[in-house]
Amino acid sequence: MSPIIEANNVSRTYAGHGGLFRPKSYVRAVEDVSLSVEQGETLAVIGESGSGKSTLGQVLLGLAPASAGDVRFRDAALSPAGSRQWREQRAEMQLIYQDPLAALDPRLTIAEQIREPLDIHQIGTPEERAQRVDEVARDVGLQPVHLSRRPHELSGGQRQRAVIARAMASKPVLLVCDEPVSALDVSIQAQVINTFRRLQRMSGVAMVFISHDLKVVRNIAHRVAVMYLGRIVEEAPADVIFANPQHPYTKALVSSVPIPGKPLGDRVILQGEPPNPAARPSGCAFHPRCPVAVAQCRTSVPELHSNAEHRRVACHLVAEVRGAAA
Amino acid sequence: MTDMTAPPAAITQPSRLSRAIAALRRLPLAVELASAWLLAMFVIAALAHVLAPYEISEIDLMSRLVPPGSPGHWLGTDELGRDVLSRLLVSIRSSLLIAALATILSATIGTVLGFLAAQRRGVFEHAILMFVDFQAALPFIIMALAVSAFVGASVPVLVGLMAFYGWERYARLARGLALSAMGKGYAGAVMQLGASPMRVFMRHILPNVSATLVVTMTLSFSEVILAESGLSFLGLGVQLPDSSLGNMIGFGRDYLTTAPWIMLAPAAVITLTSLSVSILGDWLRDRLDPSVS
Repeated sequence: MSPIIEANNVSRTYAGHGGLFRPKSYVRAVEDVSLSVEQGETLAVIGESGSGKSTLGQVLLGLAPASAGDVRFRDAALSPAGSRQWREQRAEMQLIYQDPLAALDPRLTIAEQIREPLDIHQIGTPEERAQRVDEVARDVGLQPVHLSRRPHELSGGQRQRAVIARAMASKPVLLVCDEPVSALDVSIQAQVINTFRRLQRMSGVAMVFISHDLKVVRNIAHRVAVMYLGRIVEEAPADVIFANPQHPYTKALVSSVPIPGKPLGDRVILQGEPPNPAARPSGCAFHPRCPVAVAQCRTSVPELHSNAEHRRVACHLVAEVRGAAA
Repeated sequence: MTDMTAPPAAITQPSRLSRAIAALRRLPLAVELASAWLLAMFVIAALAHVLAPYEISEIDLMSRLVPPGSPGHWLGTDELGRDVLSRLLVSIRSSLLIAALATILSATIGTVLGFLAAQRRGVFEHAILMFVDFQAALPFIIMALAVSAFVGASVPVLVGLMAFYGWERYARLARGLALSAMGKGYAGAVMQLGASPMRVFMRHILPNVSATLVVTMTLSFSEVILAESGLSFLGLGVQLPDSSLGNMIGFGRDYLTTAPWIMLAPAAVITLTSLSVSILGDWLRDRLDPSVS
């Protein structure tokens, strides 16, 4: 089966503000990222703020162009943002926002907003559109009374359901969720995550789920990609990465997730803060904070190596272990 | 749980009409007075020629400079025996007409240019912003002098001048509001849904920013009335035999000590009208701000 979305060595560079006497600085938000997502699959992208995960989401959707590399959606290159083909393609790929209140038009009712993509892409007759609105609202768990409300009359969870309903109305094949639950209460988070899972079971939509929160991802992801300063440092099936993280950064992340009934004894605590993406450390970007860094890490960038259990890791030490074992 | 059934709709959502009536009852006194005054002004403007007891250019040399309160001439007469009340009513009509047309025109031009700047970005945006700054830096009276001197003063020219005077404010406002809506907000979300720029601007951004634009219009409306009065006072505005509030003051100033009513009547109308519009605009701004309601 060919993947729904595929990124090959994608980079995205932002030019910072240069001064009169200062050269322009460049921020490499995403660097040399390759990934693919298949139908019915959820890939979680994990990283700290500034790791480039949101930018990656934008590049995958064609909202921001890739500076290098290419993104292929259903085996075809993406059209440039704003073009007619790009607009038409929006019916098939959708973005879920972190802040649903900002993403909804304050003056329109929820029903009008869920209907919007159908109106834009002229899908179905007016009756069919109304029917689809009811259907998709039920799918995401909105009550009929909510449909005539305006966004400020709903709770945070209901708003996010409305945003999800709007995204799903045109039956997209790809959903990119950018921190979709991080603005919600923990109890609501679980409900919304379950809604995503149900929708995926029903429609087979491929999902890219961007989050900084491993707890959230654990319940929804089939595969997890961990990003650090614009690069994927480890990617593996979710159960594998949680049971046996190999990259030192992933180890630290996984050990920080509390497990009920277990003291956090052997927790790996990272030193320092994530470095400035505009001033990337040499070699492996993680080496200043890495508990096991060696001299080689300061000078050369580790490649993302694949190994047998569908795992890819970018670490000299892990690669060495692998090499020694082989 | 968020999915609890909501309380009955009848309690939470009173009908639009009853809400409007309740809102009307809560109006502050100043706003009520201001609205009443403006309503009266617009009725007068619409019916000026019916209401006016005399023709505005009707000269009656037998009753020159009659003081207010005289039978037949409630607001007195001027130096040529023309009825001040009749002239005042017709002046209100021409001044309000110019101000209303100019405000609508400048709001339309400014908003369209502001939206275009926000949508096109790049060189186009820079060009518009440069014009905005240029316009803001231009001394209006000097420009108006030059235009009137070369083109001659007439109502269309005046409206054009006034519209030119105010557009930059709307352009800046519309661009800023559109950019913020497109950045993280609802407009960006709708663009991401695949909507055409036209749809994004007409269906989403314009309704959401119209409140702010309407408030700006009310505030600049009174400024336009004042500017028109100023130009007419200088002899650059409405020309004889037509009459506007400004040129009534201009001609009345020669008789300020002997017959102050010629000038005081239009001056009072200008003051009260701009004050009313400002009060109403202020109140509207508070009412339409979603963070307050």
